[in-house]
Amino acid sequence: MLLLPLLVGCTHQGVLNPAGPVSAGERTILLNSLVIMLVIVIPTIGATLGFAWWYRADKPRGRYLPDWAYSGRVELVVWSIPILVILFLAGVIWVGSHDLDPYKPLDSQKRIRPIEVQVVSLDWKWLFIYPEQGIASVNDLVVPAGVPIHFSLTSASVMNAFFVHRVGSMIYTMNGMVSQLNLQADKTGTYWGQSAQFSGDGFSDMHFAMRAVAPAQFTAWVGQVKGRGAALDQATYAGLTKQSVFRQPVTFGVVQPGLFDLITSQRIAPQPGPKVGRAGPQVSPRTAR
Amino acid sequence: MNLLGKLDWSAIPLDQPIPLIASAVAGGAVVAVLVYAWTKGWWPYLWHEWLTSVDHKRVGVMYVILACLMLLRGFADAIMMRSQQALALHGAAGYLPPEHYDQVFSAHGTIMIFFGAMPFVIGLMNFVVPLQLGVRDVAFPTLNSTGFWLTASGALLVNISLVIGEFARTGWLPYPPLSELAYSPGVGVDYYLWALQISGIGTLTTGINLVTTILKMRAPGMSYLRMPMFCWTSLASNLLIVAAFPILTATLAMLTLDRYLGFHFFTNEAGGNPMMFVNLIWAWGHPEVYILVLPAFGIFSEVFSTFSAKPLFGYRSMVMATLFICLVSFVVWLHHFFTMGAGGDVNAFFGISTSIIAVGTGVKVYNWLFTMYGGRVRFSVPMLWALGFVVTFVIGGMTGVLLAVPPADFVLHNSMFLVAHFHNVIIGGVLFGVFAGYEYWFPKAFGFRLHEGWGKTAFWLTLTGFVATFTPLYIVGLEGMTRRLQHIDNPLWDPWILLSGLGTVIIFLGVVSQIVQLVVSIRMREQLRDVTGDPWDGRSLEWVTPSPPPTFNFPVLYDVHGEEAYWGIKQAAIAQEKLHQEPDYHAIEMPRNSPTGIITAFFASFMGFALIWHIWWMVALGFVGAYATFVIFAWRDEDEYEIPAEEVARVDRARREARGPEWLATLERPA
Repeated sequence: MLLLPLLVGCTHQGVLNPAGPVSAGERTILLNSLVIMLVIVIPTIGATLGFAWWYRADKPRGRYLPDWAYSGRVELVVWSIPILVILFLAGVIWVGSHDLDPYKPLDSQKRIRPIEVQVVSLDWKWLFIYPEQGIASVNDLVVPAGVPIHFSLTSASVMNAFFVHRVGSMIYTMNGMVSQLNLQADKTGTYWGQSAQFSGDGFSDMHFAMRAVAPAQFTAWVGQVKGRGAALDQATYAGLTKQSVFRQPVTFGVVQPGLFDLITSQRIAPQPGPKVGRAGPQVSPRTAR
Repeated sequence: MNLLGKLDWSAIPLDQPIPLIASAVAGGAVVAVLVYAWTKGWWPYLWHEWLTSVDHKRVGVMYVILACLMLLRGFADAIMMRSQQALALHGAAGYLPPEHYDQVFSAHGTIMIFFGAMPFVIGLMNFVVPLQLGVRDVAFPTLNSTGFWLTASGALLVNISLVIGEFARTGWLPYPPLSELAYSPGVGVDYYLWALQISGIGTLTTGINLVTTILKMRAPGMSYLRMPMFCWTSLASNLLIVAAFPILTATLAMLTLDRYLGFHFFTNEAGGNPMMFVNLIWAWGHPEVYILVLPAFGIFSEVFSTFSAKPLFGYRSMVMATLFICLVSFVVWLHHFFTMGAGGDVNAFFGISTSIIAVGTGVKVYNWLFTMYGGRVRFSVPMLWALGFVVTFVIGGMTGVLLAVPPADFVLHNSMFLVAHFHNVIIGGVLFGVFAGYEYWFPKAFGFRLHEGWGKTAFWLTLTGFVATFTPLYIVGLEGMTRRLQHIDNPLWDPWILLSGLGTVIIFLGVVSQIVQLVVSIRMREQLRDVTGDPWDGRSLEWVTPSPPPTFNFPVLYDVHGEEAYWGIKQAAIAQEKLHQEPDYHAIEMPRNSPTGIITAFFASFMGFALIWHIWWMVALGFVGAYATFVIFAWRDEDEYEIPAEEVARVDRARREARGPEWLATLERPA
């Protein structure tokens, strides 16, 4: 139990320092389960070392019981302790799995209308489409703080996992399928986002910033992006899907309506892979640094 | 049509010095050993006594040798991964480009599980189970040898990928669609598939063999509930092999059809379903974890009991816990992908079923604890590994249950926390287990003990290094770092990655100590000689025979009267101050050695290589060769030879000589 503050201290930018209701709920369950188990794990370790020391052959303290190999009472305790702990933990699991199901709308959605974001994982960058605002960005996820966000996620090619660890749950993105995720960032700030499922040679560069800003700033950002720069249509999208790594975020002021549906329904074919067999600089982005 | 299929000079990575130099060194070492054996004239001996041997003890030893070599190879990969991450901080690129780093971590996982841990565990089961059951061999000796050689053939293919072509860049489980032809057009995934298919046949035959042996071939009087614990866990483990490995074979076969014949089982297009692969591979993959760890539990049971000078506490409850784990391990697979979005009910079911397994494991830990209670605990090297195991494994089990809680898994899945967890249970459980078994049964196999001092040094260095390597990974996982990163772009993670790299250095020293221990022990073998065949004051039947045991294991089959067969015999001898009456010796029939295994594997290796490179004429040749070898084997007339009664009598009289009254006097029980 002494470890807990240490852990929290060590991980001030980690999952134990949540920035939203989902990650806060997950931290609570994580720490509760940890404490429940430490209650038996620590005495077990202590007893193991204690028994070994107490009955050491060269200087034993306890009586030698060479035939003591069964005791109904001890057996009862030995089976009961883990069963009781797991029963208790099963309750935590059942309730937690339902409360924090990524598909479940957040409580705040009753009061605040959620922002819709469509996420497409590409080789090896993230495309965020804001269907209501008609804009899109690559590797730059801007959201208003304190507002629930409803993500619909898919992949242009291989499996990836969308993960912003301080804000909460990760979820897989898969081609031809849509997964859903409800998150909310309470505090403004920039959070580290990344893929959590290995997806090929450019995987290590597949991270993005999730910027939670004040709602007014979000509106201002939408205004800045809207109508400017390139338009995201099927042709631009085809360019984006080429295997590459993006160092700088990109925004699109116009988005072809229904683009996300074209991707998920595979009316836009899955992104092509490399043509060359053996690995090398020509197929995998060597990190130019 | 190209006679060599896809193979040409571009397959040799001439632009990459690391694999070239590594394979040149490894290849040079192999050639040097072969030539040395040639000049010494050892080849006939090696061929007749080892390579073609169907003796379960020799096959077991060869499995363990293969496992040790592959553990070293896998550890070299681990050093490369830790050092690459430690060097690729602050925007540095490190020394392994992504396409190479991806092969390294894929090879590390594949080699460690399939060619390190599995052969080690199978080797120990092969060596020990017939001895503990009090019988002379396994049920199908030639099949046993074939199983070993097919495993070796798979290991060979994986290592050939170092210098011809490439290995998979998809992780140790090749999730589609990344592993499909569209995204991995190279031969890497094909190396993975064929290496695992060939060695998988070997594993399956071993499973069938050992299940049959345990169910059908026990010494007279050895009922199921008189078998040593290690036999029980081996039975459970091999039942899991028989039930689970066909799933792996089928799953990989479907991926192979996708890649070779344009099927669409797991593709993005044409109705393929990659999620099905993930489900199937873990329907094998989770039982696989228990295939590895259950025998380790059995080893610990033997070690705790022997070195506490007490019977195993709660034997029947241990049997129940083992079978409980065996069954439940088939209904937990979904916990490997809670983040696929299955929904609350499904996730909760698999979360709860996963933590229920911890009940079985918890019971086992407590039973080991109470085995020590009232005992006389000797801190020999196997016991140190066993104690180190309990301490580390309960922590690994705890983090495992944390990961089984779906909401916690949503932020820990695929993070370094997960990496730390499964190394915690596989190193702390399986590896510590096989090391304990290696130290414990080494004298039985070779007739001399291993050096105690170097063994203890190796234990403490490995334990310290293990803690130093994986504690930082737990922390950095809580900091949000995911696995398989080729370079680190988040500076918060740097210090932990450096610390973890330092830990690897300590583990390296532990590995070196173990090699030194082996060398020193061989040089000091006369001082370390195990004269009596019972160096640890053992309790099960393997300790009744001399070390190393004769080919036929036991001159007569013992009549078993209780749970601890040998302990009973020994207590009777101590009470009467002499061994039991010399029995009537009879001639013993033993299976003849057979080159079937090594020749089949020879052809299978060519077939695998040819399949990888699409060299179809060689595929046909390899297949026909392997098949014909087996047909010829099936047609042979004389498959047994006779060991005359005089020879049996000579061996057993020497054993009785070594176990004279002086020895019995040393076995007086402590008060």
